[in-house]
Amino acid sequence: MTDRIITYSEAIREAIGQAMEADPNVFMLGEDIGIYGGAFGVSGDLYHRFGAERIRDTPISELGIVGAAVGAALVGMKPIVEIQFSDFTAQAMDQIVNQAAKIHFMLGGELSVPMVLRAPSGSGTGAAAQHSQSLEAWFAHVPGLKVVLPSNARDAKGLLLAAIDDPNPVIVLEHKLLYKTSGPVPEQMYRTPIGVADLVREGKDLVIVATGIMVSRSVAAAQQLAAQGIEATVIDPRTLSPLDMTLINDAIAATGRVILVQEAPKHVGFMAEIAARIAEGPALFSLLAPVKRICGMDIPIPYAPQLEKAAVPQLEDIVAGAVELMREP
Amino acid sequence: MVAITPLRSPESGSLQTDKAAALAALESMLAIRSFEEAVDGLFARGLMHGTMHLSIGQEASATGVCAALKETDYITSTHRGHGHCIAKGADLTRMMAELLAKQTGYCRGRGGSMHIADTKTRNLGANGIVAGGIPIAAGAALAQKMRGETNVVVSFFGDGATNEGAFHEALNLAAIWDLPVVFVCENNKYGMSNSTELSMRVEKISDRALAYGIAGETVDGNDVDAVYQAAAVAVARARSGGGPTLLECETYRWKGHSKSDKNLYRTKEEIDEWKAKDPIERFQEIILSSGLVTQSEIETLIAKVREGTRDAIKEASAAPDSDPAELLSSVFREAN
Repeated sequence: MTDRIITYSEAIREAIGQAMEADPNVFMLGEDIGIYGGAFGVSGDLYHRFGAERIRDTPISELGIVGAAVGAALVGMKPIVEIQFSDFTAQAMDQIVNQAAKIHFMLGGELSVPMVLRAPSGSGTGAAAQHSQSLEAWFAHVPGLKVVLPSNARDAKGLLLAAIDDPNPVIVLEHKLLYKTSGPVPEQMYRTPIGVADLVREGKDLVIVATGIMVSRSVAAAQQLAAQGIEATVIDPRTLSPLDMTLINDAIAATGRVILVQEAPKHVGFMAEIAARIAEGPALFSLLAPVKRICGMDIPIPYAPQLEKAAVPQLEDIVAGAVELMREP
Repeated sequence: MVAITPLRSPESGSLQTDKAAALAALESMLAIRSFEEAVDGLFARGLMHGTMHLSIGQEASATGVCAALKETDYITSTHRGHGHCIAKGADLTRMMAELLAKQTGYCRGRGGSMHIADTKTRNLGANGIVAGGIPIAAGAALAQKMRGETNVVVSFFGDGATNEGAFHEALNLAAIWDLPVVFVCENNKYGMSNSTELSMRVEKISDRALAYGIAGETVDGNDVDAVYQAAAVAVARARSGGGPTLLECETYRWKGHSKSDKNLYRTKEEIDEWKAKDPIERFQEIILSSGLVTQSEIETLIAKVREGTRDAIKEASAAPDSDPAELLSSVFREAN
């Protein structure tokens, strides 16, 4: 079967639709996902295809929504929660962190919570500080949660189908600027394994590890760098928990230089974990230059477009960072 | 394995007039009391680790509600959850083993007192977060409804939980979706040290049902038959598609909130007043004076329950300690 070019949000919708056709236990719940079609249009026509029972509109009640999903999952359903903006997970944190993440362990391994929680993440829409955060490090810090950041349409479908199959709670953070981007996506159901990084581009001079929207931005930067004679490898971990370091370590061994790029604030961000793993592991001894992080500023996301853009890494920041890193001894 | 005789709904409609159901209810209350007293004793002797929230004095609410349930009905419980667990039919040995940090405990030593669940008796778990189980109960009820099952979910929680957002969100969701769930508030007058007089303006917690357009009722939570009767109505309503109920059981915990409690916020007189309303003695007197049971039948039951608790401690103590070598084994469930 050949790939079609569809958008990231169409790929997510297709995954949900196929999973719901295949398994009557799969259902979706969230705010304005019914007739409205979702705040970002992701659920679209699913309500008309599957009806109000399985595309379940909820009140504005994030803690209740996630709690209901946890309860349904405990007794064998496979709920897919849409939280309208990832920022609003703060309203539901008890159910995510204290309940969903811990139930399997805490109760001795008998029950589990096969829940998927999808939420739009990241800045770039002018929605300011309470609708633009990149909170992946919060979730990645909690044992018992799997955390996935699809960076393109193909992975958005494959990772979501893998998340729905997973018997554990999986947080899927979708970047809102990616929803309208397109790419080749197979029509059939397929799973992109959780916990396997992706080698997006190969180059001999340095490695760029990037997540979410920063993956495509890093690839664009690598293309500009190539014009200057610098060849960059780009790696997308895709899954933050569990984290696959193999590709990253191998690529550092081959190039000796690494840049870690994330949209989230630098301080205690996820790239600090990757930097620490590099420092602990075999890759440290291959480094020709210090690890370089290019991250969001340690500030809330501002409203004004010029401020918002300045708060998170842009293509030119990645290019400049790479050029600088290549000058290191 | 030590478990109580399964609770049953009285054929007569009242626990006071159906002998088998009355004896089962009494056995449940005695077993909860005996288990809790044993735990208290083990703790005092330094043989038990961590902290415990004992439900001595509250045996009637757990028992009366569970008597109205079928085996296939679910419950969610609280940090003060031993009674719910026992009333739903859990194995006392595995409960005790969990508290004694044994490998054979319900949670293999990972959860302790606040996290015991028992899939076999459809107990979805105690919960260390106040009100944490309430939305979970609504979700389990949603699953029953979506699958066309007739099972009901009971969510136990205390008075303090009704001031949490989770309570309000869960009741609203259950109301708008007509979910087969019964919200059972065991109002023991205190959220730790904070009394209901200080923590809410409503006269009765069941008044809060009005805000969600659902049925609300308050019963004497130390009268096991009154609790049963009210629970039976609420469970029947839920099972027949009539939606949720908020059932408030007014009761009292004799012991402190947890092991750190010095009872500075309540008087000895108040505690004694409630001890005089002991749900076990009250029920015994009723069924004895009516001639439903004999003194020797009660004595036999007391002896049986004491022996059960002793056996549970003995069996649990003999089990291997929980094993740090397999700590990583159930952070995630392996895919099938």
